[in-house]
Amino acid sequence: MYAKKMNVLFGLVLVLWTVCAQAGPKIETWTAANGARVYFVPTEGLPLVDIRVVFDAGSARDGAQFGLATLTSGLLDTGAGDWDADAIAKRLEGVGARLGTGASRDSAFVSLRSLTEPKLLEPALETMKAILARPSFSATDFEREKKNLLVGLKQREESPADLAGIAFFQKLYDDHPYAHPKEGNLDTVEKLTREDLQTFYRRYYVAKNALVVIVGEVDKAQAEAIAAGLLSALPEGVAAPALPEVAPPAAASMTRKFFPSAQTHVYSGVPGIKVGDPDYFPLYVGNHILGGSGLVSKISEEVREKRGLSYSATSYFYPFRVQGPFLMGLQTKNNTADEAVEVMQKTLRDFIQQGPAAKELEASKKNITGGFAMRLDSNQKLVDQVASIAFYGLPLDYLDTFIGKVDAVTAQEIQRAFKARIDPDKLQTVMVGAGANSEK
Amino acid sequence: MASLRTLGALLLAAPLSLQAASPKVSEFKLDNGMKLLVQEDHRAPVAVTQVWYKVGSSYEHGGITGISHMLEHMMFKGTKKHPPGEFSRIISANGGSENAFTGDDYTAYFQTLEKSRLPVSFELEADRMRNLRLLPDEFAKEQQVVLEERRLRTDDQPRAKLGEQFNAVAWSNSPYKNPVIGWPDDVSRLTVTDLADWYQRWYAPNNATLVVVGDVNPAEVRQLAQKYFGPLKPSTLPDLKPQGEIEQAGLRRITVKAPAKLPFVVMGYKVPALNGAAEEWEPYALEVAAGVLDGGNSARLETRLVRGQQIAASVSAGYDLYARLPSLFMIEGTPVQGKTAADLEKALLEEVRRLRDEPVAAEEMDRVKAQVLAGKVFERDSIFYQAMQLGTAETVGLGWKTVDEFVDKVNAVTPEQVRRVVRKYLVEDRLSIGYLDPQPIPEGQTAPEDRAPQGGSHVR
Repeated sequence: MYAKKMNVLFGLVLVLWTVCAQAGPKIETWTAANGARVYFVPTEGLPLVDIRVVFDAGSARDGAQFGLATLTSGLLDTGAGDWDADAIAKRLEGVGARLGTGASRDSAFVSLRSLTEPKLLEPALETMKAILARPSFSATDFEREKKNLLVGLKQREESPADLAGIAFFQKLYDDHPYAHPKEGNLDTVEKLTREDLQTFYRRYYVAKNALVVIVGEVDKAQAEAIAAGLLSALPEGVAAPALPEVAPPAAASMTRKFFPSAQTHVYSGVPGIKVGDPDYFPLYVGNHILGGSGLVSKISEEVREKRGLSYSATSYFYPFRVQGPFLMGLQTKNNTADEAVEVMQKTLRDFIQQGPAAKELEASKKNITGGFAMRLDSNQKLVDQVASIAFYGLPLDYLDTFIGKVDAVTAQEIQRAFKARIDPDKLQTVMVGAGANSEK
Repeated sequence: MASLRTLGALLLAAPLSLQAASPKVSEFKLDNGMKLLVQEDHRAPVAVTQVWYKVGSSYEHGGITGISHMLEHMMFKGTKKHPPGEFSRIISANGGSENAFTGDDYTAYFQTLEKSRLPVSFELEADRMRNLRLLPDEFAKEQQVVLEERRLRTDDQPRAKLGEQFNAVAWSNSPYKNPVIGWPDDVSRLTVTDLADWYQRWYAPNNATLVVVGDVNPAEVRQLAQKYFGPLKPSTLPDLKPQGEIEQAGLRRITVKAPAKLPFVVMGYKVPALNGAAEEWEPYALEVAAGVLDGGNSARLETRLVRGQQIAASVSAGYDLYARLPSLFMIEGTPVQGKTAADLEKALLEEVRRLRDEPVAAEEMDRVKAQVLAGKVFERDSIFYQAMQLGTAETVGLGWKTVDEFVDKVNAVTPEQVRRVVRKYLVEDRLSIGYLDPQPIPEGQTAPEDRAPQGGSHVR
């Protein structure tokens, strides 16, 4: 099960897509009896509902037991209440429902997509409720899921891209809880016990540490009933404590790891920003120009369009609860790796030095604001957006004010924010490939 | 179980509202032969445009494999009117996102835009349908980009490498034996002249389908399409040789060695696709067979091999009935630690035998059908996916109406029909099996792990 999910560095991260229609959806919110926050957006047009319960129970809560949050999340739907994994799967799939569980660095979730027809929705909700509140963590399921996670971790070692991502986070975050890969490592997962998972579950899967997002063709009364029903069995508990701040790197570093691949995979960056950072908008718009807008961004222009060095070359800020990474990345054949890194880093330096041209800024603003409607054009995207707003405590009018804030960004602000936040002399760079060997 | 049976049956019987929700597609044809499909979805003020050409890797011959994909890349490199890169800059400045994809049977280009910007994408797509300028300098760079793409997607991915070589063995002469991205030697020797030739041959309105899904009015879209695409001249399209696959006469096997940590098994049975199927029900019965094996966590492979016997760490089965030519019914998996590829192969073959010798239980049939029906509603959440389906069905020669028929046709499949197709097609003489044989990953000769530039070091 894990092997399929593992090869993406940011796949499950609750990324704050800088969202963008002229106004966002109206989000209704309330607090359930046991303290969990509920966020609801009614939609029309399709007889379906998406429900996502999010916990502050990501891999940043692993402590020294790397992989604990991921394995705990993976066990939830393998047995709960009176049902084993077979029974749960049959109950959900018999009504056409789709249930998912997963964890990122910051959070863990249980999600359900179902048709709204009550005779189909009710059994799905009943199953989800048991998964949330009464997971079995049986010995058999634990051993199997752990073994399969270990298989996934071995597969990770086949991938220079995965290895580069892991090494990059390690350099960036050192002993911070964001440093280790969310799936853990072979040696740490090997040591996990069933009791460890139960302890983790009991601490973090509690109402005060949870929020519920409901988006779909249901009315408010239905949404209230859904949320109350789902959460009624969760103990109140307490919220997770704040995560430590991330220390900025003292100096630049270069990590080269050999891997017998045709390409060298490169990541280069520094710890970036938290969700809600006051400089978020200048940095987001600036990075859109620098490396965040696909083929038309400066890094892609220099690395791919002008020189044909890489299929993809990008830069992004990934705001997390505390400082998420700013990272640039590319892959290129081994003997052009050094050249490509130089081009990419020079593009960053020049951008910080010179700031964006007026035309570039205008083009990026047009793309972001003109594309706002596309960030909200499906139930799925709405759930993602609302979950981010909810989890990170952004204002409920975040989407309504988004376009105005993008339009207000100036070239000077971008340059100031980049100078303040990104020191090109402190870049942490990781190269994994056959070109990373000193003996080329 | 009784209650589950009821629930599955209930989903199949009850929701007339769901079936009524099936969206209406408007179909038009311009005088120059270009087809236009419009589906309304008014949930958000957005529209997706996709231009589908009937050309892809299965149209290619030896020596020029990968040319369709390479041409797709060059389609962003300028026309007489718009210099290289401008296409993307215009779409971007209009708030749009865009890209393209090439498959065995199609090449497609898309933009997603706020609905009022539809003319922007129509103008640009119409322009590059007939007026592409293939510049040698741009081509030289893009060829390097595509070679990087190949290294990224295939050469450095053990399972993709196995997949590529597996197809080359499973197929004797069907063009599905070639990778979409092309063989490296072919890709690196393509010339601008080859591309110009390929472009002339296939890029014409009478070889294209324009699909628009979103918050639009079909009559208005038709007018716009007429305005921008209407003036384009049609071409005389070449006859496509059928290249029918010869009959396989026994099991085929291949092993691919690659630096890797885990073994992996792929199995493929030659089966008919919907297009050209002698019996129309057969592909739908094969689709149900795939669902019985791998329709979620309650399906047989997950229940029996991952959870029950714990032979597989992961396993999947699938079948693409929307292919232009006969295709493969694929089953693949990773054995758990302590089991071999051979162990897993045996277990997978046993599952095929069960499917052949024992009728599928009514409860399993209901569950597969329930998921298909719910899935049909869920997939309407994405306008892009809806456009993809219409474009694919039209481009492989089935016509978009087959997309609408899908749920009903699957519902009509009986357990006996599943058994019949399995008996007929999932047999050893149609089977190819591939193993990934993992080789040690060399550690590298003690490269200094951490080297700080300019004498600095990372301390914290």
